Amino acid sequence: MSWLDTLIHVLIILAQSLGLLVGLLIVIAYLLLADRKIWAAVQMRRGPNVVGPFGLFQSFADLLKFVLKEPVIPSGANKVAFLLAPLVTCVLALAAWVVIPLADGWVVADLNLGTLYIFAISSLGVYGIIMGGWASNSKYPFLAALRSAAQMVSYEVSIGFVIVTVLMCAGSLQLSKIVEAQDTSLGLFGWYWLPLLPMFVIFYVSALAETNRPPFDLVEAESELVAGFMTEYGSTPYLLFMLGEYVAIVTMCALATIMFLGGWLSPIPFAPFTWVPGIVWFLLKVCFMFFLFAMAKAIVPRYRYDQLMRLGWKVFLPISLVAVIVVASVLFFTGNAPQ
Amino acid sequence: MSFAAAFFYLFAAVLVGSAFMVISSRNPVYSVLFLILAFVNAAGLFILLGVEFLALILVVVYVGAVAVLFLFVVMMLDVDFVELRQGFLQYLPVGAIVGLIFLAELVLVVGTWISGPGVTVTKTAVMTYPKGNTHAIGQVLYTDYIYFFQIAGFVLLVAMIGAIVLTLRHKANVKRQNISAQVNRMPEDAIKVVKVRPGQGI
Repeated sequence: MSWLDTLIHVLIILAQSLGLLVGLLIVIAYLLLADRKIWAAVQMRRGPNVVGPFGLFQSFADLLKFVLKEPVIPSGANKVAFLLAPLVTCVLALAAWVVIPLADGWVVADLNLGTLYIFAISSLGVYGIIMGGWASNSKYPFLAALRSAAQMVSYEVSIGFVIVTVLMCAGSLQLSKIVEAQDTSLGLFGWYWLPLLPMFVIFYVSALAETNRPPFDLVEAESELVAGFMTEYGSTPYLLFMLGEYVAIVTMCALATIMFLGGWLSPIPFAPFTWVPGIVWFLLKVCFMFFLFAMAKAIVPRYRYDQLMRLGWKVFLPISLVAVIVVASVLFFTGNAPQ
Repeated sequence: MSFAAAFFYLFAAVLVGSAFMVISSRNPVYSVLFLILAFVNAAGLFILLGVEFLALILVVVYVGAVAVLFLFVVMMLDVDFVELRQGFLQYLPVGAIVGLIFLAELVLVVGTWISGPGVTVTKTAVMTYPKGNTHAIGQVLYTDYIYFFQIAGFVLLVAMIGAIVLTLRHKANVKRQNISAQVNRMPEDAIKVVKVRPGQGI
């Protein structure tokens, strides 16, 4: 391959990544608004409704507000780690999207270990929080960082086992292959959410804990820890933390869509529905998952810390371990295991 | 120089540099952060060798779990940096001996590659398997070496149980949560609705 070919190849990948990034950030701006609107609707409020029609430009106004504010770095803080932490959070969250297939063939890098890549990237997400909490040189952020490290490591274990059951059914670690394995004549009932329903529930709850969403937002429990690890942050660094958090949430929604809800596949597997482009189905499913996340935030009270740990280690871990054995046995003895 | 070679020198240089910073930086938290950088670069080297499964497992296990625990401990400990620096020179001879042994072994290994005629085949590390290296590793680990694999698992389990038993203390006067009692508690047991007439109180 000549230098020119390589250069063109690299430029194409750069353009694809940039396009994905812009699309993703715009979608997240509106999902953020939807989050606030859903939350407000459950509490019988109006939510943001001033900036633009129905408050549609609220997220962009917030962006401008954060960027134009003066960043304040506490004098006792470790400057390098303090500024590195939000960058790490945001970049790692965005990096996971490189392997996520939005539709048939719409993926920047279709790694054959895509699932493992996402798992590796999301296990690094905890560093942003620990570094931020430690670098702030303040008690509450530090306590929050310790909490979050324990919480995110705990729930990663059960998410890992849930992913293993899906991988055993699909027979591949490649995300696009996992979607293709769900492409049956049964349509929506052939997707993995039905045979692996308990795993889907565990994945959903663990994803809430992994992304520090309510009811598991003990990392930033304002009644106990001021604002958690973000207490000392403001302006753009804070924006990066918040953006990283929402990107991680949408990544989890996309992962649930791909592994349990058939990715870009149409729920009804015949003519007029299969003509709809895959990206539309994918987005609809991601929005559905995000709606579930937003509803959990609105209606479930916050867990106590010991309950959180008990749920992770004493409930989810044994269930998911047994599920791995059961799924493997069923696949093996019925002869349905993918070759 | 090809792309792969350029990336090899990049990863290797950053790996060696960050490994040096692990032992030379003054702040132990920086040491752990440089250790993470070293792990990630080692994963990059693995990817260049075509063993992407090992690379990602390295990131998941060492960076995602082990280094988090290191960071956890290092941040919580109130380390006296001056005292730490004084111990540094004391341990230097031991470290130097370990390093020398390592160097000698590396020289022996590379020496056999060069001098031994039959082993040249094994050093060409870029591996190709028809079903990918995840499949290949699973095939070897769960068929040929299944007993060793299981024994290794049991050793780890014993170590884990041992650590738990050593630190488990049952104190007499500690109040504990009884989760089933909490879950089984009904609103009728806990809440009483009282109609309070104005001016009377309960």
